[in-house]
Amino acid sequence: MSVANSHETDTPRPIDGRTDFPPVYRASLADRFRRFLSPDSVITDDETIRPYECDGLSMYCEMPQMVLLPETVEQVQQIMRICHAEEVPVVARGAGTGLSAGAMPHAGGIVLSLAKFNRILSIDPQARSARLQPGVRNLAISEAAAKYGLYYGPDPSSQIACTIGGNVAENSGGVHCLKYGLTVHNLLSVEVVTAEGERVTIGSDGYDSCGMDLLALMTGSEGLLGIVTEVQVKLLPKPEVAQVVMAGFDTVQAAGAAVAGIIGHGIIPGGLEMMDGFAIQAAEDFAHAGYPTDAAALLLCEVDGTEEEVHDHIHQAESLFRALGATSVRTSGSEEERALLWKGRKSAFPAVGRISPDYYCMDGTIPRSQLAHVLTEMQRLSDHYGLRVANVFHAGDGNLHPLILFDANVEGEFERTEAFGGDILNLCVAVGGSITGEHGVGMEKIRQMPNQFGNLEVSQFHAIKQAFDTLGILNPGKGVPTLRQCQEYRAIGPLRQPDASQAGEASHG
Amino acid sequence: MGDISQQLTEQVKQAAETGTALAITGGASKSFLGRGLWGQPLSLAEHTGIVSYEPVELVMTARAGTRLADIDAVLAENNQRLAFEPPRFGDTDTIGGTLAANLSGPGRPWQGSVRDLVLGLRLINGRGEHLKFGGQVMKNVAGYDASRLQAGALGTLGVITEVSLKVLPLPAMEQTLVQPMAQQQAIATMNQLAGQPKPLSAACWYDGHLYLRLSGAAAAVEATAKRWMADSGGEMKVREDGEAFWRDLRDQRLPFFSGSEPLWRFSVNPTAAMEELGNQALIDWGGAQRWSRQDDSLSVMAERAARAGGQVSLFCHGDRSGEVMHPQPSPLRAIQQRLKAAFDPNGIFNPGHLYSWL
Ligand SMILES: Cc1cc2nc3c(=O)[nH]c(=O)nc-3n(C[C@H](O)[C@H](O)[C@@H](O)COP(=O)(O)OP(=O)(O)OC[C@H]3O[C@@H](n4cnc5c(N)ncnc54)[C@H](O)[C@@H]3O)c2cc1C
Ligand SMILES: Cc1cc2nc3c(=O)[nH]c(=O)nc-3n(C[C@H](O)[C@H](O)[C@H](O)COP(=O)(O)OP(=O)(O)OC[C@H]3O[C@@H](n4cnc5c(N)ncnc54)[C@H](O)[C@@H]3O)c2cc1C
Repeated sequence: MSVANSHETDTPRPIDGRTDFPPVYRASLADRFRRFLSPDSVITDDETIRPYECDGLSMYCEMPQMVLLPETVEQVQQIMRICHAEEVPVVARGAGTGLSAGAMPHAGGIVLSLAKFNRILSIDPQARSARLQPGVRNLAISEAAAKYGLYYGPDPSSQIACTIGGNVAENSGGVHCLKYGLTVHNLLSVEVVTAEGERVTIGSDGYDSCGMDLLALMTGSEGLLGIVTEVQVKLLPKPEVAQVVMAGFDTVQAAGAAVAGIIGHGIIPGGLEMMDGFAIQAAEDFAHAGYPTDAAALLLCEVDGTEEEVHDHIHQAESLFRALGATSVRTSGSEEERALLWKGRKSAFPAVGRISPDYYCMDGTIPRSQLAHVLTEMQRLSDHYGLRVANVFHAGDGNLHPLILFDANVEGEFERTEAFGGDILNLCVAVGGSITGEHGVGMEKIRQMPNQFGNLEVSQFHAIKQAFDTLGILNPGKGVPTLRQCQEYRAIGPLRQPDASQAGEASHG
Repeated sequence: MGDISQQLTEQVKQAAETGTALAITGGASKSFLGRGLWGQPLSLAEHTGIVSYEPVELVMTARAGTRLADIDAVLAENNQRLAFEPPRFGDTDTIGGTLAANLSGPGRPWQGSVRDLVLGLRLINGRGEHLKFGGQVMKNVAGYDASRLQAGALGTLGVITEVSLKVLPLPAMEQTLVQPMAQQQAIATMNQLAGQPKPLSAACWYDGHLYLRLSGAAAAVEATAKRWMADSGGEMKVREDGEAFWRDLRDQRLPFFSGSEPLWRFSVNPTAAMEELGNQALIDWGGAQRWSRQDDSLSVMAERAARAGGQVSLFCHGDRSGEVMHPQPSPLRAIQQRLKAAFDPNGIFNPGHLYSWL
């Protein structure tokens, strides 16, 4: 098999890997894996493979040739060496909670599950760090660190299930990332097995390393640059106190102005979340948190720190919200009340799931000043497509999660939903934002990439990929479109050109 | 204030055609970093100006040659700052050079580094293509993080022309505490205090003293200072000219940094003892950054760094004809060489500046 490996070509060879998988070949490959993996770690029958056919975005699915569940890093290396020699695509998989079909299998490849790498290797309370296998669940880190008064900062809503390896691959965020950062800000080092099966550590116990920042490059690379086999994270001291102020507003504009007001005042809240009227109603029906269901927008502003600091800032936040036109203001007086106020927000997805047969969660980011404009446009799109949309929003850092409600059993409705979603993402780009804040491009947002990046940037991404994975066997077809796809998607264009002409007007609100 | 990116792009294209090495300079204030810088100078000094600044969005975008002093002045008007406290080695330090060198000040463990606060940038690669990565929003995971990749690359991948950064409000209050303390006890104390949920924002050990800085809401800073001073049995005191101390530490103006013996920078596990560095060492970043002035070989120093869980570089002075950065294991070396080729196929940017093989 000839290898087209040239930095000169703008697009690498169509990285489809092997497509010729005669049963005999598949059986012999499985035999080779069984020489060093236990028999139950090499899954080849359809029934057992089935649960691996998709991630959290179940509309995208594919059956792989087989699923492997190694237990040691040496086994991961051996798998990679074989797959590299045979040019077999490899899709890494953590918990499969991803929302962009990043862990969707390749039809001609294997799924490499890190599920058995579920041990916390060590916690160093003095240095405030933890060494983890990649399959450790996000929440398990904070649970284990709690006895030292420490916790792990990034807290995706999926933290009960998602793995730290998946978090690294997606650069996951959470409700508290405005103050405590994304995954990339909370890592010390990762151990990676390369496409060729080499084992390397990137980063160290110290904060900075010499040379190019490969740790940042690996973070958010969606399984396209290497297999993460160990992660060392920073741990933070648990804040003494946290309190949340809930404020209702008559208009989304007023709530947006209140977000700007808080930050302009010099307060960086631990979390700052917004919900629109539709989301408030759904969350209240579900969680009975006492949300003001007549409000058009709701803010949850959590302040954490020392007793003195929180006391100061909560008072300032309350009076600021009132001065900026809040129709209701309520502050948590106890841990129970704080948990209750958050419960509504945290269960917004399932709450919306209850009022609609299906929903599709989008993940765009925008400059905060564009919020009112974007929400108005989104309502126009909603009317245009005849599909309802509920909005939950990491308001502090401009990350929108519109939930489009649809019914997959109605013919053509999912296609309309996808078109609507694509328009929302293009709108985000048009106002200076991004098509994804934390869920990744995966398979799902490949079509929108050419709207955010030109051909030159896309070519540079391919060149970066080739520096790590010359044959293109790692998660092929995801993350970055080929130049041909770019041309094709741009030619088709968004179904409806989002109106960016008014962009900027909203910033005076 | 000027945009000369067109001209810079032309210069790069020409150099690529003729295979001419380019030496990228900002304000040349950090020209002592890295190995030598050979080639035809490509200066960013005229490529200046703040392109946009939205205080409420906490975002600033500036051309790479903009001087830190100019950025500081504009931010201060809005009660904001570059929270990573970039060192100033002169009056000419630029934002591009600061990012390329990945330099951050004493607050780095708590407020983040320049790479942590970068949101996006524009870059001319070795083909003379002017590229745009990341953006002006806090969260953006589309495509690879080619922005942060530049931090520490010392200009070997391309010419940074524009940088977007997250900026932060100035703390309402800062206070500095100082206590005479032996080195090893200071290391333990810094780590122990950093594990408490208190507004600690810098911790350093220098010349037999532990220095701590508290930043945040006035009530929190005052209560913490009072408590820690009481806990120390009266040994810990407020230092009045605290701000000047941290500035001198940041800009390497303390007496420790004068003279011309080799200056080594260790980035290590904050709890590492590293007694072999002796009492002459300076400890910053709550233990995670150690400065030492010793005439030793890179390999000896690298071994010490590795034992302490980290890396070392010969920051300035000493023999700069050999390697000055921590050795890279061969797979990482190969990856960085291929990345270099991916950005700069003709090898025109700062050749041999970061590593002899790059
Ligand atoms: C020991 C010591 C000695 C000093 N001696 C002097 C002195 O003699 N004279 C003096 O004026 N100052 C001196 N300084 C201070 C220092 O040289 C300057 O203060 C300073 O201006 C650094 O910032 P810069 O932006 O100029 O970066 P530069 O020094 O120009 O560059 C730093 C690094 O970043 C790269 N780089 C810069 N800009 C870009 C870009 N846009 N894109 C990609 N890569 C880039 C460069 O190639 C270089 O690798 C000294 C400092 C120390 C500590
Ligand atoms: C209800 C719900 C709420 C969510 N909320 C959030 C949120 O608040 N914030 C947020 O950021 N995300 C959120 N997500 C998305 C998702 O949980 C995150 O992207 C998470 O990090 C994925 O982790 P995982 O272990 O499930 O990875 P998977 O879905 O298994 O994989 C995700 C990607 O990472 C790659 N990968 C996985 N493990 C490795 C490894 N060891 N080495 C290399 N590549 C690997 C895969 O190939 C794939 O491309 C949510 C998802 C759900 C279902």
